[in-house]
Amino acid sequence: MNDMTQAYVGLSSILFTIGAVGVLVRRNAIVVFMCVELMLNASNLALVAFARQHGNLEGQVAAFFVMVVAAAEVVVGLAIIMTIFRSRRSASVDDASLLKY
Amino acid sequence: MTAFWILAPIMVIAALGILVVRRAVHAALLLAVVMLSLSVLYLAADAPFLFAVQIIVYTGAILMLFLFVLMLVGVDASDSVVETIRGQRVIAAIGGLALGVLLLLGLTQLSLGPAVGLDGANEGGNIQGLANVIFSRYVFAFEATSALIITAAVGAMVLAHRERLTPKKSQADLAAERLREYAETGRHLGPLPPPGTYARHNAVDTPALLPDGTPSELSVSRVLAARGTVRNAPDLADDIEQINATLEPGASAPAQEDA
Repeated sequence: MNDMTQAYVGLSSILFTIGAVGVLVRRNAIVVFMCVELMLNASNLALVAFARQHGNLEGQVAAFFVMVVAAAEVVVGLAIIMTIFRSRRSASVDDASLLKY
Repeated sequence: MTAFWILAPIMVIAALGILVVRRAVHAALLLAVVMLSLSVLYLAADAPFLFAVQIIVYTGAILMLFLFVLMLVGVDASDSVVETIRGQRVIAAIGGLALGVLLLLGLTQLSLGPAVGLDGANEGGNIQGLANVIFSRYVFAFEATSALIITAAVGAMVLAHRERLTPKKSQADLAAERLREYAETGRHLGPLPPPGTYARHNAVDTPALLPDGTPSELSVSRVLAARGTVRNAPDLADDIEQINATLEPGASAPAQEDA
């Protein structure tokens, strides 16, 4: 029983790391956003695994709230990417540097 | 646990694929693989409600939204491979490796004790149990999320909406503009050439051949050119002399009949 929680949390940490590297490495704003979603999903997996470990449903409720907030975040984030793309004709995170200097 | 050991390698490979694929559409499809596998893992961890929500909300709504935006942004918006910050990728890889090793080392030293399992908590049904928790203890957080979702919907509409600044061009305006362009730059007045004109093939990815034999860039879709799937029209006509020889009145029988 114990090894199941450990395996789930291990997988979740691997996915979280991959998502974090993706945010740092990729340039396309949409792919960066996908990597953020991957990190959120990885944390959800850990929450579900710990809910099972502790035998109550609070972890699943937390994962549910994460999903709801992620949905709201994606809606606004993609709208921002669309607006930037419309004005600059590019979805690269390097191009949106107007506030840099 | 069988489902876990089958799905975990698939998920890790798909997630690593997101890091390396060039096209954003492929990354979205790999993300779909990860999310669907996650939903199966939720089912194995006694979370049938989250299994359904994961498929409906993540794979159904969020990924569709990603694909929709990719469609609007265009397929040629692929990643550039030029590094703007020197050594960024190497440092990111080292940092990510350090984070992963740290997390895994810390978690393997953890001793959790025997898992309680959700059989007790799921006794009256998983959804009923979740509803009891959400609508009693977390009811305030639940109401706050409804405000958040309404704000996000309004925000998306505000960001996506665009006021028209110039009046819409009528057909007469467009015709006048075309004629002016013809007078100034000599641009062809008529419609664009269709693909395959004067070529040996009428597929949309075959550019039209101009009378002098050069392929016309205008005849193929810009999207196909961006994808790099345009066929080389002169290559289709490389046996043209052979065919001409067989068509000439005084020519001998075609080559294949000789053999």
